[in-house]
Amino acid sequence: MSYGNKTTVYWFTLVCVPEESLPSESFEQLAMPHFERLYNFACWLTENRQEAEDLVQETYAKALKGFSSFQPGTNFRAWIYKILRNTFLTSRTGLKATSIVQLDLEGEEETLPAVKETPESILLQRSDGQLVQQALEQLPVAYREILLLCEVEEMSYQEISAALAIPMGTVMSRLSRARKTLRDGLRPRFQKG
Amino acid sequence: MVCESWKAKLDTYLDGELPEQEMRTFDAHVRSCPSCSADALTHVQMKRAIQVAGKRFTPSTDFRRRIERSIAPRPQRSFRLGWMVAAAAAVILVVGATTSTYMGTRSGRDQALRDHVYSEIADLHVATLASSSPVDVISTDRHTVKPWFQGKIPFAFNLPELQNSGFSLLGGRMTYLDQMPGAHLIYDVRKHHISVFVFQERSLSSKFPASLDENSLSPKQLPFNMETWTQGGLRYFVIGDASAADIDSLAKLFKAAS
Repeated sequence: MSYGNKTTVYWFTLVCVPEESLPSESFEQLAMPHFERLYNFACWLTENRQEAEDLVQETYAKALKGFSSFQPGTNFRAWIYKILRNTFLTSRTGLKATSIVQLDLEGEEETLPAVKETPESILLQRSDGQLVQQALEQLPVAYREILLLCEVEEMSYQEISAALAIPMGTVMSRLSRARKTLRDGLRPRFQKG
Repeated sequence: MVCESWKAKLDTYLDGELPEQEMRTFDAHVRSCPSCSADALTHVQMKRAIQVAGKRFTPSTDFRRRIERSIAPRPQRSFRLGWMVAAAAAVILVVGATTSTYMGTRSGRDQALRDHVYSEIADLHVATLASSSPVDVISTDRHTVKPWFQGKIPFAFNLPELQNSGFSLLGGRMTYLDQMPGAHLIYDVRKHHISVFVFQERSLSSKFPASLDENSLSPKQLPFNMETWTQGGLRYFVIGDASAADIDSLAKLFKAAS
């Protein structure tokens, strides 16, 4: 399966980004390829296009300002996503979004139920993307962001750990809970459909 | 059931995050087990559905241009930036002139190192206040500012309670002193801005073996009032154009909080 090559892909990315002896003019070259993805991620976090634009603009301003502190040899993508996320968390919308949800069982390993016939498998076969979008929107922001980083951005666990500033074990447990919550969210939508 | 242990790792397997040997064993199992194979298919469908649903928002070309303009290298410095550079240069000159006079009367490497640290601190203070966005975390709440530094600097410190003290917290930012990371907090008292810098004493003393104790500082040598001390393995600097009494009061609040 192609997913088995994921780690290799990201090592390739790490090796190929010219991050040694970074001159200031190379910031644009490093940062702009992430622009569309960062905007998409910002929209999912803020749920508002205007706020997303402000968030992305502030992220780029901070990243440019702090570019001298970026350590060559480390992952630029994880670095700039971390800036975006920290900026979001300290914004009014971010503080509101994160104060609502408490991931109180985080860190506990979860055993996924062995379900033979799942509603989502039938639902997904129908390729109803809109229902998945709605279910994603309903997720707590901590679950939504980790799913997006893993599935849409195809970040490795190590990159996610760096971008969210959480340990690898937490990445795995939070991802597992996010997937379960998404599946649980899809069930009633399927039943209505 | 044997499959249960596989199923628990199914997502990690599909994310390509199992160790190489385990990936190969899992591959072989999935091919031979109809139940795990069906589960894997469902999970892959879910991953693909999230991928498709997640790529939803596209920025406008106008917004892209705005970002490109904002980060493009600038051929000419703006008036504001020029002013900031001039102000910083002036301070460096003043500090440099005063410190060189001081060094003339008390020659020696230790004193030169101390002066270097103090002038760096003064530069950081002035350059930050001249910036259009002096703080990265804007909050008057110490419970917001303190956690903001978590994961950004390799140590923790306490912020004092300011109720009825006359001081107010404006926010904080990361800073660097000779490539050592530290915390920079900005306080306000009667329209005067005061900077508080916190660094790891261990890191500082490895680079600057000379003692940075406050007795070694002659206040006349700096255009600001400053106090510095070490406590709990951390080195604090409080600097600003406020009165020496205000600087001392804020320093005491920090000492009491640590």
